Amino acid sequence: MTQVVVTDQNFETEVLKSDKPVIVDFWASWCGPCKMLDPIIDEIAKELGDKIKVAKVDVDANLQTAQKYNILSIPTVILFNKGEPKQQFVGVQPKERYQEEINKIV
Amino acid sequence: MSQGLFDVIILGSGPAALTAGLYTSRADLKTLIIAGTKWGGQLQLTTLVENYPGFPQGIQGPDLMINMRKQTERFGAIIVDIQLKEVDVVNQPFTIKAGDQIYQGKTIIIATGADTQWLSVPGEKDFLGKGVSSCAPCDAFFYRNKRVIVIGGGDSAMEEALVLTKFATEVTIIHRRDSFRASKIMQDRVIGNKKIKILWNSTIKEILGKDKVTGVKIETKSKGMWEMPIDGIFVAIGHTPNTVLLKGINLDSKGFVARVEERNKQGQLLYFTKTNRDGVFTAGDVHDYRYKQAVTAAGFGCMAALDVEKWLEDHE
Ligand SMILES: Cc1cc2nc3c(=O)[nH]c(=O)nc-3n(C[C@H](O)[C@H](O)[C@H](O)COP(=O)(O)OP(=O)(O)OC[C@H]3O[C@@H](n4cnc5c(N)ncnc54)[C@H](O)[C@@H]3O)c2cc1C
Repeated sequence: MTQVVVTDQNFETEVLKSDKPVIVDFWASWCGPCKMLDPIIDEIAKELGDKIKVAKVDVDANLQTAQKYNILSIPTVILFNKGEPKQQFVGVQPKERYQEEINKIV
Repeated sequence: MSQGLFDVIILGSGPAALTAGLYTSRADLKTLIIAGTKWGGQLQLTTLVENYPGFPQGIQGPDLMINMRKQTERFGAIIVDIQLKEVDVVNQPFTIKAGDQIYQGKTIIIATGADTQWLSVPGEKDFLGKGVSSCAPCDAFFYRNKRVIVIGGGDSAMEEALVLTKFATEVTIIHRRDSFRASKIMQDRVIGNKKIKILWNSTIKEILGKDKVTGVKIETKSKGMWEMPIDGIFVAIGHTPNTVLLKGINLDSKGFVARVEERNKQGQLLYFTKTNRDGVFTAGDVHDYRYKQAVTAAGFGCMAALDVEKWLEDHE
């Protein structure tokens, strides 16, 4: 499992130019529901091993990236493949919802 | 994988469910809690809780729920963060499907709480997370120097508006009546806040925008239909009890799980928290449209747990 902390500075190299699909998790320390999402994303990442990369974006410190993708609510998860946002999930979803979409691309 | 027969299966993971689980596991009952993917319940969506006793300076809602969970797990309750799919409350032992697992229990406590009631107007679903929200503490940050509205007239609407004033330039509370039902302390805070405006006797008819919310269509009693340009709308008009999956459980006229008080021949109350089904009990906001507090939910959770203990003794 590859998990990276992504910032406004390295978003392009870590996410847009990644050779693997990337699950980008927009979160912040003050967001209760974001804490509920953590274990779900961890499990998915563990199951998929090195087929996928997980990127955590702390919106507090990286507003530019959040704005670029019109994030107005967290947690928001965006699934990227080959530099393109493929699917966006707002709020905490059941694990299967994420898996369904991820399985379409990995 | 079978985990054997549980003494009690608790549905939900808010203050009601976790308190019930604390009591049953501490009483050495084999306890399973189906917590759902959004474990922790409504208090995950708020900031400072000032009226839960034991915390003189208040405590952050999410922190309170993490504490409750740890306390319940300490006594051996098994908590699974999966969504309930199906529950059979007719045949004993009761069978529950959650995710791809099947569990069996001698008793059940229904504590599935309540979820945000949405406005059900055009545009609302399309703009969820694109300017429509029900969690100001989560999302207020994105409305720095923006104009937002809050819909509702209760404590949660007041709380949402106050949280939003830290970021937004302009916060308007829109309420369909001409007075709030919120507690006096919350109303005073709102009225004393210069950033907050109040629009009475008005309802939202449509949420407008293209990629994200840009305005709303409002109907105001005195002035008819008009449009207001805004960047965000926070919905706090109340909660709907989570009862959809509860086939065979009687609901009351308002749609909440109905309690059936069972008495013995002398007229003494046997179980306070029982539903219409034997061995199935209920606690918290899923059955309570009146009090709806963290501390009452926890209190009901305790009562349901003690009822389960007694029921198991009476039936074994
Ligand atoms: C913004 C806000 C602020 C509040 N502030 C306060 C306050 O300051 N003080 C106070 O006392 N009260 C406050 N409340 C009210 C308080 O949060 C509720 O009264 C309390 O949380 C009710 O607890 P509960 O256990 O009954 O249900 P809930 O907290 O609603 O929890 C129910 C749980 O069951 C889970 N669930 C539902 N369906 C399923 C399913 N099918 N499968 C698995 N799990 C499921 C849900 O995901 C949820 O985790 C506030 C509420 C809100 C929304």
